Amino acid sequence: MINSSEIMETLEMIDSQHLDVRTITMGISLLDCICEDPNKTAEKVYEKVVKKAGKLVETGCELEEEFGVPIVNKRVSVTPVSLITAGNGGYLQVIKALDAAAKEIKVDFIGGYSALVHKGMSAAERAFIESIPEALSTTEKICSSVNVATTKAGMNMDAVALMGKTIKECAKKTASSDGIACAKLVVFANAVEDNPFMAGAFHGTGEAETVINVGVSGPGVVKAALESVKGDLTEVAETIKKTAFKITRVGQLVAREASLRLNASFGIIDLSLAPTPVKGDSVARILEEIGLESVGSCGTTATLALLNDAVKKGGIMASSHTGGLSGAFIPVSEDEGMISAAGAGRLTFDKLEAMTSVCSVGLDMIAIPGDTKAEVISAIIADECAIGMVNNKTTAVRVIPAPGKKVGDSVCFGGLLGEAPVIPVSTLSPLKFISRGGRIPAPLHSQRN
Amino acid sequence: MKAIVSVIGKDRKGIIAKISTILAAHNINVEDISQTLLQEYFTMIMLVDISQSTLKIGELKELLKAEGEKIGMSINIQHQEIFDVMHKI
Repeated sequence: MINSSEIMETLEMIDSQHLDVRTITMGISLLDCICEDPNKTAEKVYEKVVKKAGKLVETGCELEEEFGVPIVNKRVSVTPVSLITAGNGGYLQVIKALDAAAKEIKVDFIGGYSALVHKGMSAAERAFIESIPEALSTTEKICSSVNVATTKAGMNMDAVALMGKTIKECAKKTASSDGIACAKLVVFANAVEDNPFMAGAFHGTGEAETVINVGVSGPGVVKAALESVKGDLTEVAETIKKTAFKITRVGQLVAREASLRLNASFGIIDLSLAPTPVKGDSVARILEEIGLESVGSCGTTATLALLNDAVKKGGIMASSHTGGLSGAFIPVSEDEGMISAAGAGRLTFDKLEAMTSVCSVGLDMIAIPGDTKAEVISAIIADECAIGMVNNKTTAVRVIPAPGKKVGDSVCFGGLLGEAPVIPVSTLSPLKFISRGGRIPAPLHSQRN
Repeated sequence: MKAIVSVIGKDRKGIIAKISTILAAHNINVEDISQTLLQEYFTMIMLVDISQSTLKIGELKELLKAEGEKIGMSINIQHQEIFDVMHKI
C-alpha cells in the first residue's frame, strides 16, 4: 500500500490546493457531414455530435466520482466549420446546430467555428470570418478561432486587418454584456490541431475520427509546493517539475479511462497550468512565490520562463503523448493575481506581451478601452503573431475592447471567464502599416528542408 | 478493484468499528489499514476491495460522507489508481 503521507498529499492537493482536470475535450471530425445542402449538413452535424459525445458529460462525472478529482469542463471541438461549409455557405445553419447539440449533451462549449487563413483567404473564408460576430452573438456555447500566421507560411496581413474589425464588431454586437463575444474568439499564430482549451480548440484535419484530449491544471498545487522551498532556483525548478509530473499523471489516467469508455482515440495531454479566478488557483501568485513583489515587476518574464519550462519537463515524462498548447497560461481575467496586478497598474499590456514570448499562449482575456480602433487591435495581433511566427511557437490574441468602458473601469463575465480591469494600450496610429495588406514573409528559419 | 478510504478528523471512540461495519454491510473487504494520531488529529487510511460491493462507488461515497458528518469526521473513498499514478513511476 502507498504510504499514508502520500495519500494525504494527494488529498490535500485536491481539497485545498484546487488540483483538478481542467477539461476533457472530445475532438470530432465533421468531414463526413459535408454535402451540397446546408440544412442537410447542419442536420448531420447535430446528429454526429450528439451521437459521439452524448455520453461525454456522464463519463466525466463518473470519472470524477471514482477518482475523487474534479473534472471542471467537458467540451467538444470539431473540424473547422469554414471547411465543412465551404461549398454550401451554410455556416450559420451549422453553428445553430452545434449550439443546439451543445445544449442537448450539456457540454460547456463547442470549439471549431474556425478558419485557417495564414497564407491566404478564399472568398468563402472571408465571408465566413465576416459571419463570426453574428455567430458568436446569437449563440451561447460556440467558440471561434482564426489562424492568421504560421512560421512556415508567414503572416496574412489581410486577415489580420479583417480580424481587428471582426473583434470590434463582436464587441459592438454584445455591448450589453461587456463584449462577451470577444471572449469566445481567438486569433492565432501557429494554431495547433489538438488543443483541448477554449476558446481556441478545433479538431484538425490530421486528426482521427474522435479523439480525447485532456488539459490538466493546478497552479495552486505548484504554489503550495514552492512555499516550503528555501533553496536556489535550481531547487525551485526541480520542485515544479516533480509537482507537474504528479499533476500530469492524474490527467493521463483520466484521459486513458475517458477514451476507453467513450470509444475514442487517446489524443494528447495538454501540459498546462490554467488558472481560475478563485483565490489560490493563480499563475501570478506562483511567480510571486518564486520571489517577485508583484507579477508585472522586472523579473516577471524570467520567472515565467523558468515555470513554463519546468512544467513541460515534469509533465512530459508523465504522459504518453503531449500536445495542445502545453505551458503556463496567463489569461488576465481568469487569474486572481493577474486581475489584482492589472487593476493596480502593476501589470501592463507591454509586460504581458513580453511574457507571451516565453509561455503559452498569448495576450489572453485582456480588457482594453472600448474606443480602441480596429487598426490598433490588428497591430496588437500582428505583434503577437510575429512573436509566434519568429519563435516557432503558438501565440494568440483574445482581447476585449469593452464597449463604453475606459481605463480604470472593469468588465465582468462571471464564472471561469472572470473579470478584468480595462488597461491602457498605445493609441498611436498603425493605420498605414495595417492598410498596406499583403503578407509578411515567413522567417528565414522556416526554410528547414 | 481497490479503493482507498480516508478518514480525517478529531479522534474519538469507535471510528474504526463504525466504518468497518458500513463496509462489511456492503460486501467490501478491508485489506489493509493504517492510522496515525498527531495530537488529537486522527488520520486513518484503509485499502479496500470494492469488486464485490453492493453499492457503486458514488453511492458509497455519499453514504460515508453522511456518516462522517454525523461523527464530525471527513470520510472519502477514491479508486486506488489515482494515488498509484501520482506516487509510483
